[in-house]
Amino acid sequence: MEVRVANVRKEFERFPALHDVSLDIKSGELIALLGPSGSGKTTLLRLIAGLERPTRGKIFFGDDDASQKSIQERNVGFVFQHYALFRHMTVADNIGFGLKVRHGSSRPPAQEIRRRASELLDLVQLSGLEKRYPAQLSGGQRQRVALARAMAIEPKVLLLDEPFGALDAQVRRELRRWLREIHDRTGHTTVFVTHDQEEALELADRVVVMSQGRIEQVGTADDIYDTPNSPFVYGFIGESSSLPVKVENGEIWLADRPIGLSAPHAPEGEATLYFRPHDVELLDGCSGCIAGTVAASRRVAGTRRVELEIGGERQRVEIELPVGHPAAQKSRVAFRPGRWKLFPAA
Amino acid sequence: MTTAPAQAGWRFRQPSVIPGFGLTLGFSLTYLTLIILIPLSGLIWRSASLGWIDFWAIASDRRTINALKISFGTAFVAAAVNVVFGTLVAWVLVRYRFPGRRIVDAMVDLPFALPTAVAGIALTTLYAPNGWIGKLLMPLGIKVAYTPLGIVVALVFIGLPFVVRTVQPIMEEIDREVEEAAATLGASRFQIITRVLFPGLAPAIITGFSLAFARGVGEYGSVIFIAGNLPYKSEIAPLLIVIRLEEYNYPAATAIAAIMLALSFVMLLVVNLVQTWSRKRYG
Repeated sequence: MEVRVANVRKEFERFPALHDVSLDIKSGELIALLGPSGSGKTTLLRLIAGLERPTRGKIFFGDDDASQKSIQERNVGFVFQHYALFRHMTVADNIGFGLKVRHGSSRPPAQEIRRRASELLDLVQLSGLEKRYPAQLSGGQRQRVALARAMAIEPKVLLLDEPFGALDAQVRRELRRWLREIHDRTGHTTVFVTHDQEEALELADRVVVMSQGRIEQVGTADDIYDTPNSPFVYGFIGESSSLPVKVENGEIWLADRPIGLSAPHAPEGEATLYFRPHDVELLDGCSGCIAGTVAASRRVAGTRRVELEIGGERQRVEIELPVGHPAAQKSRVAFRPGRWKLFPAA
Repeated sequence: MTTAPAQAGWRFRQPSVIPGFGLTLGFSLTYLTLIILIPLSGLIWRSASLGWIDFWAIASDRRTINALKISFGTAFVAAAVNVVFGTLVAWVLVRYRFPGRRIVDAMVDLPFALPTAVAGIALTTLYAPNGWIGKLLMPLGIKVAYTPLGIVVALVFIGLPFVVRTVQPIMEEIDREVEEAAATLGASRFQIITRVLFPGLAPAIITGFSLAFARGVGEYGSVIFIAGNLPYKSEIAPLLIVIRLEEYNYPAATAIAAIMLALSFVMLLVVNLVQTWSRKRYG
């Protein structure tokens, strides 16, 4: 089912949580809403579910205007960070709940509900735990039950609010892979919220980066990482370094020296240069480069992270060097960013 | 092996880093013995001096049986009424924010603090055939004061805070998300309350019920004003005990007391077992 969010605005007691957000989600897509806390990602998810009503704007499921429908009528599967299982019910009863509360002819017979519950338990790899109570399960198992419960009602969309947020790193990675598998097998349109960029980039077909109630960028993991369209996305996704620079005659100047990068289409004047610490070219001489003295050096897994002080302002930037590279010991290092981007100074 | 063989069979001491287990357990047992166990065993000892035949004669006396029936019956009905309305009051206090909520919240505790005799007199004045409420009920043929119904009214008043105060904290803990989850699964408001919220509250409600019930069985002060105290009709067991005491008939008084004690104990035990069972299941 396609989901279309059209110019939605949401205010909580006059405080705007979302400003005029629009988003198209294709049928069968796995989408991540990524952003720091307070960016409005959970609010957007709850608006799609119908747990909140938009102050302005509409939400469409296919061609239906879902914003007029109640939560019950929307038929969405929602998975909460803290599972929200019914603790007085067995696992099987939890999963069957959505079918049992249906009325009249739309309610399947008890036997069919049981069969469906055990089928879903197979899907989430918990066969044989039908009779357990949620209190007797581990966190990861509970979240699987919560997902099975959400899928039992054959939802139009599956919405997950920080589904792995309460789990430890190991279980998290495992469930991430498993969720991808389930998605590929069942093909539900799925939207999940996360503040973990690794999770978003690895799992989602497309990532929606949000900040302060606005969508900053929507794109595949490659788009978001390689061509961030705002300083926020550049800073939020992956590692980044930035330097204040000046554009003159299509050349980029750092203080009083050109650094050998040309930006013919950039507007003249003050700007900020962004680049990835690992994507730099080390140079020997320095005619048209960025040069600085090593202020600090840290070993990070397979590389060495070096902090450089640059120019008279002693601006600090980070770059990455191979572990054995002699430049790491030298007090003076010259480099030029490989892939970079200019944003007008704020 | 340093552990004594006796410990293998019955180990009640859990290893713990917190010291003072022996001291605190010793204190608790001594305290409970002084406050509860000695007076109660005195009671049983006194009634045992009666001899089995005399005891049975008192126990099977119509007046005793009726008094016990009235005491336990009215306490049961009052506790049941309190379960419904006490839960409702707790719901309103937990779920809604309205001006004066704190005052209502404080008011719930008044029956705890008010001398029960005052409550009894106030209720009698209201429900007597010429009182404010009694006057309105009279034409409908409902007589409250000086009937078992009056006893129920007094016990409802006394027992209300027990239900509200046990259910309220559990209700406050209910996770909003559980309700939201049920709603996304298609459950109506009514289904959410009956299938999701209520079963979660059941243990607290049972506790509230048993507390209100136990309090009702033992209540004396407020009841004797409103009950009318007609033997066989609206005479409660505690009053019968006082009457026997005033007749210096101590064995009879202690015999009735012992019967009440046994009945209360059995009922509270059953309630406790139900609780343990539900705790084990729902964690």
